[in-house]
Amino acid sequence: MSGIEARFKGAFGGFNLDVAFSAPATGITGLFGPSGSGKTSVLRCLAGLSRVREGHLRADGAVWQDADQFLPPHKRAIGYVFQEPRLFSHLSVLGNLHYGLRRAKTHAPTHRIELEPVIDLMGIRNLLQRSPAALSGGERQRIAIGRALLSQPRVLLMDEPLSALDRQSRNEILPYLESLPAALSIPIIYVSHDLTEIERLASHLVLMREGRVLAAGPLAQLLTDLSLPLARLPEAATVLDLTVQSHDARYDISQCRLDGLPFFVPGRLGAPGALRRVRVRASDVSLITHAPGGSSVLNILPARILSSHPASPSQMLVLLNLSGGGETRLLSSITRKSWDALALRPGMDLFAQIKGMAMTSG
Amino acid sequence: MWQAISLTLQLATLTTLILLLFGVPLGWWLARSRSLMVEPVAALVALPVVLPPTVLGFYLLVAMGPNGPFAPLLQAFGLRTLAFSFEGLLIGSVIYSLPFMAQPVRTAFQSIGEAPLEAAATLRASPIDGFFSVAVPMARGGILSGAILSFAHTIGEFGVVLMIGGNIPGETKTLSISIFDAVETMQWGAAHALSAGMLVFAFVVILITMLIARRTGTPQP
Amino acid sequence: MKGNVFGKAAASLKSLLAFALLIFTPALAKAAEVTIAVAANFTAAAQEIAEKFQAETSRTVSLSFGSTGQLYAQIIQGAPFDILLSADAARAKKAEDEGWGVAGSGFTYAIGRLVLWSAKAELVDAEGAVLRNGNFTHLAIANPATAPYGAAAVEAMQALGLYDQIAPKIVQGENIIQTYQFAASGNAELGFVALSQVLEAPGGSHWLVPENLHAPILQDAVLLKAGEQNRFAVEFLAWLKSPPAVSIIEKHDYTLPRAK
Repeated sequence: MSGIEARFKGAFGGFNLDVAFSAPATGITGLFGPSGSGKTSVLRCLAGLSRVREGHLRADGAVWQDADQFLPPHKRAIGYVFQEPRLFSHLSVLGNLHYGLRRAKTHAPTHRIELEPVIDLMGIRNLLQRSPAALSGGERQRIAIGRALLSQPRVLLMDEPLSALDRQSRNEILPYLESLPAALSIPIIYVSHDLTEIERLASHLVLMREGRVLAAGPLAQLLTDLSLPLARLPEAATVLDLTVQSHDARYDISQCRLDGLPFFVPGRLGAPGALRRVRVRASDVSLITHAPGGSSVLNILPARILSSHPASPSQMLVLLNLSGGGETRLLSSITRKSWDALALRPGMDLFAQIKGMAMTSG
Repeated sequence: MWQAISLTLQLATLTTLILLLFGVPLGWWLARSRSLMVEPVAALVALPVVLPPTVLGFYLLVAMGPNGPFAPLLQAFGLRTLAFSFEGLLIGSVIYSLPFMAQPVRTAFQSIGEAPLEAAATLRASPIDGFFSVAVPMARGGILSGAILSFAHTIGEFGVVLMIGGNIPGETKTLSISIFDAVETMQWGAAHALSAGMLVFAFVVILITMLIARRTGTPQP
Repeated sequence: MKGNVFGKAAASLKSLLAFALLIFTPALAKAAEVTIAVAANFTAAAQEIAEKFQAETSRTVSLSFGSTGQLYAQIIQGAPFDILLSADAARAKKAEDEGWGVAGSGFTYAIGRLVLWSAKAELVDAEGAVLRNGNFTHLAIANPATAPYGAAAVEAMQALGLYDQIAPKIVQGENIIQTYQFAASGNAELGFVALSQVLEAPGGSHWLVPENLHAPILQDAVLLKAGEQNRFAVEFLAWLKSPPAVSIIEKHDYTLPRAK
């Protein structure tokens, strides 16, 4: 298992690309930024489909590109899912799946991604003999993902695989994507300009703007970094990876835990022990200085103010650290009037009331 | 008459096979290369479409002869000239029908675009592998059209054959020359029979080509 | 002022008319008074003759060139030729027999001379012995089925008793001009062509084939049905026999039938 270390610099079409980042050996690394920030260009450089003047790339424990060498795309153990499916129209669905499988270098049998499980994972068993032309957009993209997986990638590259799809197809495919990190122990780079997709899928984030890397690191850290634009978005939110503990059938509510703190989330989140990601909007978190006697809010958690940032004349963005003995952070957006009235300041201990919490997959 | 028909079919078949061998890679190069030479070469290839066949035939006659640029090469094979031979006719036909192969093939490769070939590369297909396993099958409509058109064009070719053939029965006396001779010598019956045959043949060929174009014309997304 | 405007209008109308005339003049010129179908080998001579005829009589002449076979096919399909200048005697006769020509109007306007020619200097000797020693791979002749020079070439080789020996080396041009091209480009070392072609070309070597080795290459003219009522066509045919015309024909290396 090895991660990715990449550095690309040079003119690329209309703009200059100058990026350096690394991605962990497992899990999904989101490549996020507005359109035209160079996300796809970076992905193409990783795949070897494009080549910039200066490039260094280490992946799968080997050098794929440096000053002296450039491994052509067909010699890189990548799986690439394009924005549009790019299926081969002259082959059946099965033919498309076999295309990469037949050409893949055989790895140790334990690591091999087999045809049957992928067909099941992608839910495409009943499509195998069909022609790609006869399929819906969602079906085609599922096949494209399956085809990429079957080429036995050591690095999986996905370029906004959901952007061309309607909401229904998107919801069809997202669960498959969510299950990928657990099924594959390989780095997955996922390009998107949709933050909710990233929040749902990624564990790591590379933030891009105008051909440069603005920041890179664990997703939760970047989402709550007040110096970055993400935290300043109106829809700014924190993601929490909760461990399910039990489900109370009487109220249909799940009790979960994170950093030793209890969380209550409506509905059945999963079996005890399961890890579930929930999203907490900054605007759904309010602050009180003393533990309330009685409140309808279920989740009231002790916290300490780390820092604050005036987001607008009326709003104050507050970064909290939950006092459970861990590093869990939470964003809160309150009025500046309240901030002053309560005489809040960094270092203060108080309580955070979470009014709403939703599973990212909800 | 049957000798002329059989000779013509041989000529057209061999011409088409040679064109498949050279025209398809040429069409590929024209569709994909970014070289500055692409358009000049494309224009050169297209020349037979606009040039009177007699002009082409005349230059071929000169080029193939003992005073032409290939004379030393011919002499190495113990030949004085390629004119008046089946081989010479074959070369002329290949050049003359080349645009009819290269053009549809180029268009077909162009319409495929880069996307499927990039996909093939990310699935471990080398460029040559991708050419045969993706580009050629996806361009099969254009290649088939090119082959049919080249075949038909060679069948109907007259000017070049007239200019370099020398009217030798079984060697260079093709169907179109036979028709011409029949008209010249006022054998109307034979002229009618052969001409009607050609007419029907041409109609069938064009029809088939159009049907192919309709079936493979709508590119699949 | 008003008159001036009208004057201007009249002036521009005039220039418009002049312009229209200019445009339509070529079309008017095309409506020639005599239309003649000419065998390709006689092209150069016919052009000169037509020019001279037009200069002397101010009649307009239109010439159409082609192989005699093609021209004949056009005539029986109704092409409006007044006169056919055939490359042979046979088709002029055939036109008369089949009713396309005016009976009794045919006459020989020129006799062609056959030569054995090579673009290479000294290949052809003065006696034509090169035919016998076989020191060549291709001999070009015009298609004997359609071209009189081709038929004459075959007759000459037969008269020399060499035809069977030479036959495998024969390549055919569709007409005498193409035959000349085969030989001139060197693809065929030898060619039986028309004397008129050879004398204009520099270099090479030739043997004038004796007239007794083949039937004379008679080129006959015939008045066609379409020209029967055209007095200018009759006038042209008569003029074709006149000394000025004959001198042009002879200048182009054709001979004429000896006066009877």
